[in-house]
Amino acid sequence: MQFLKHRLANGLEVVAECNAEAHSTALGYFVNTGARDETDDVAGVSHFLEHMLFKGTPRRTAEDVNREFDEMGAHYNAFTSEENTVYYAAVLPEYQDRSVELLGDILRPSLRPEDFDTEKQVILEEIRMYLDQPPYGADERVKALHFGGHPLGRSVLGTMESVAALPVDAMRGYFERRYAPGNIALVAAGRVDFDALVKAAERQCGDWQPLESPRPIERAQSRTGFECLARANSAQEYALQLADGPATEDDDRYAAKVMATIVGDDSGSRLYWALIDSGLAESASLGHYDYLGAGLYMTYLSCEPEPTADNLRAVLEIYRQVEDRGVTQAELDQAKSKINSRVVLGSERPRGRLFNVGGNWTQRREYRSVRDDLNAVEAVKLADVAAVLAKYPLTRSTTVCVGPLAEVKLT
Amino acid sequence: MTQALFSHTYGNGLVLVAERIAALESAAFTFLTPGGASDDPDDLAGLAGFTCEMALRGAGDRDSRRFVDDLDNLGVERGESVSDAHTSYSGASLAANLLPALSIYADVLRRPRLPPDELEPARLLMQQELRGVEDEPSQKVMQELRRRHYPHPWGRPSQGDAAGIAGIGLADIQAAHARHYRPNGTILGVAGRFEWERLKDHVAAALGDWSVVESSPPPDGVRGTRREHLPHESNQTQIGIAYDSVPYRHPDYLQAWGAVGVLSGGMSARLFTEVREKRGLCYSVYASYHTLRDRGAIVTYAGTSAERAQETLDVTLAELVKLAEGVRPEELDRLKARIKSALIMQQESSSSRSGTLARDWYHLGRARTLEEVGAMVDGLTAKSISDYLAAHPPGDFTIVTLGPQALEVPLAVS
Repeated sequence: MQFLKHRLANGLEVVAECNAEAHSTALGYFVNTGARDETDDVAGVSHFLEHMLFKGTPRRTAEDVNREFDEMGAHYNAFTSEENTVYYAAVLPEYQDRSVELLGDILRPSLRPEDFDTEKQVILEEIRMYLDQPPYGADERVKALHFGGHPLGRSVLGTMESVAALPVDAMRGYFERRYAPGNIALVAAGRVDFDALVKAAERQCGDWQPLESPRPIERAQSRTGFECLARANSAQEYALQLADGPATEDDDRYAAKVMATIVGDDSGSRLYWALIDSGLAESASLGHYDYLGAGLYMTYLSCEPEPTADNLRAVLEIYRQVEDRGVTQAELDQAKSKINSRVVLGSERPRGRLFNVGGNWTQRREYRSVRDDLNAVEAVKLADVAAVLAKYPLTRSTTVCVGPLAEVKLT
Repeated sequence: MTQALFSHTYGNGLVLVAERIAALESAAFTFLTPGGASDDPDDLAGLAGFTCEMALRGAGDRDSRRFVDDLDNLGVERGESVSDAHTSYSGASLAANLLPALSIYADVLRRPRLPPDELEPARLLMQQELRGVEDEPSQKVMQELRRRHYPHPWGRPSQGDAAGIAGIGLADIQAAHARHYRPNGTILGVAGRFEWERLKDHVAAALGDWSVVESSPPPDGVRGTRREHLPHESNQTQIGIAYDSVPYRHPDYLQAWGAVGVLSGGMSARLFTEVREKRGLCYSVYASYHTLRDRGAIVTYAGTSAERAQETLDVTLAELVKLAEGVRPEELDRLKARIKSALIMQQESSSSRSGTLARDWYHLGRARTLEEVGAMVDGLTAKSISDYLAAHPPGDFTIVTLGPQALEVPLAVS
């Protein structure tokens, strides 16, 4: 296993974790742009643009793009988050060059107006689909409430209104600003021929013009609050709760992840025994998510409407207890076993490593091997868990409920 | 790439089928145990699912908490599901923890405590799962489609129904366990890093003296309504379409697989191209192959806004009907490229492979190596698929929609 990196003259970076034992190659272009880089007048443009990249280039129609990926037998897709947009493919090693070329080509799209209009309908259908699936609405709303005006409070999809009103020229402007080579990394994992990777990147991306594309990172100042969104035809009530946690750049993020596993893993956690095993809720979990300049703990609860307030009080009581008394050594050891196993299982495929290597590099300019991650988890002590709970209390939170209830009274 | 495929049938009928993938640090297992949703008595729909939920609440020496603690300490990532014919328990962990995990699951199968004080909490959970489906219209429409397309008692959802869940008592669960959890008919698939002789002996010690229970499969009943609209207050209309196909063990299975791949394998496939790419009608549209032991079906899904649902149904049906005209060689070439890379990538993870081995055995009475599947795919031609389609043209559709208003089915489509 070897980590290699190279920077093209225009600023585009090429990084790879090369594993000669792997059967396949995973690679992707990681673009440092997402919802946090948008403004109100282009809300949803990052995600819409991600769709448009598959609609053709000066050299390829949309059908050509899809057909050529399928000719390689590639497992390919793209996704957009608050802070990055990633285009990736897992292929057999013999297709490394061809997939670098194809993915690179679509990163310089035509953005033809007729394709834009057709694809807008697809995006609007995607939003309608989510609108029919609670807790959609609550997740967007709780982020906006918690982060206030901070860019991390923005919605990735945008709204029906913002997407419908978006003109193609606004997308072009956003594309020019954000898809500059200095803002993009070509990342690979698995069986990788690194020299060939650099050469292919040079051929495909070497003539892209550099442009400054800064992203200001401000530490988020979160708020707290409680809202209830009535949705009469939902069967279940859903609650989403956000609390501050360590950010991407904070070393105590490992302690946060271990703590969240103890308190709110899907199985065997404190929330599980109190709420799921007892049948009081359909699901109840706590997870830690990190971004540049902010981190989050997200509590997710779904249950029948009537016991919602009781369940939220039970969650709060569990959080109070863990803040007051910490966790036990047995819980700590068990959480480490679970995480250890998940890290190893999740790293077996080059695809799994791609997102890890790419995320670490684009967020922190850091390479971390599987062993580095396992060591970091192993090093977490009871005192670290106590410290992270003291610094980021779970009980200071923002909550949004969505479901049949018009109001949920906690006191 | 050499594969090491092993199998052993124990005296009581239990089958162990395993594939060693030496490059991995993990091992995964899947128990396919008789007792699926098709075995549920009509008035106790959901019994197999309820039994599965209860079996996980303590077994052998372990109470519910110790059961979960021990598996968590072993780092076993686990899951369970109920299909038409089986209850499935599966897990994956670091290779060293495979045998201890299998011992714990042997208790689940043979000695579940089925504790009376856990009955009501388990019932509450089952009821909520049932309600949860109501909030996922795309899942709901496909459940309702399968239920109507297959003859009773096949195609029923594992969640059962409200009356069934309310009426199930502890005695029903004990009886379901006694009747269905048995070695004859149980298949254990294992994939990843292991030593075959040790694994075989370990399974013998844990499950070799499990007693046989005689049983027979449920008889086929009648089919449900073939056209139905389910009113639902929503932005989108959900469309489900099903038509008959051959089962997995049929000699023509691969032709049927190739045909559905042309419809829906990859973004250059016909449904994605015609419905989404050219017309922008949908975000999600697909067709997939589904098999029971004695029959198969192609199930198709599309979800779109109510005012464009009629056009979506018309375009989707037209593509299904047009498939009977045959497929083009370049469409098949793309499918072959996809399956070739998928087969190689299967070697990179143990989890999906253990399930495939067990299901292969259920349908075929043996497991296919990846090389064998590769050779079968090489033998496919556009002509062989087109000939199959000419003999089995998509038609006689079951169509279920869910949304604000009903749709018209074109007269030309039977």
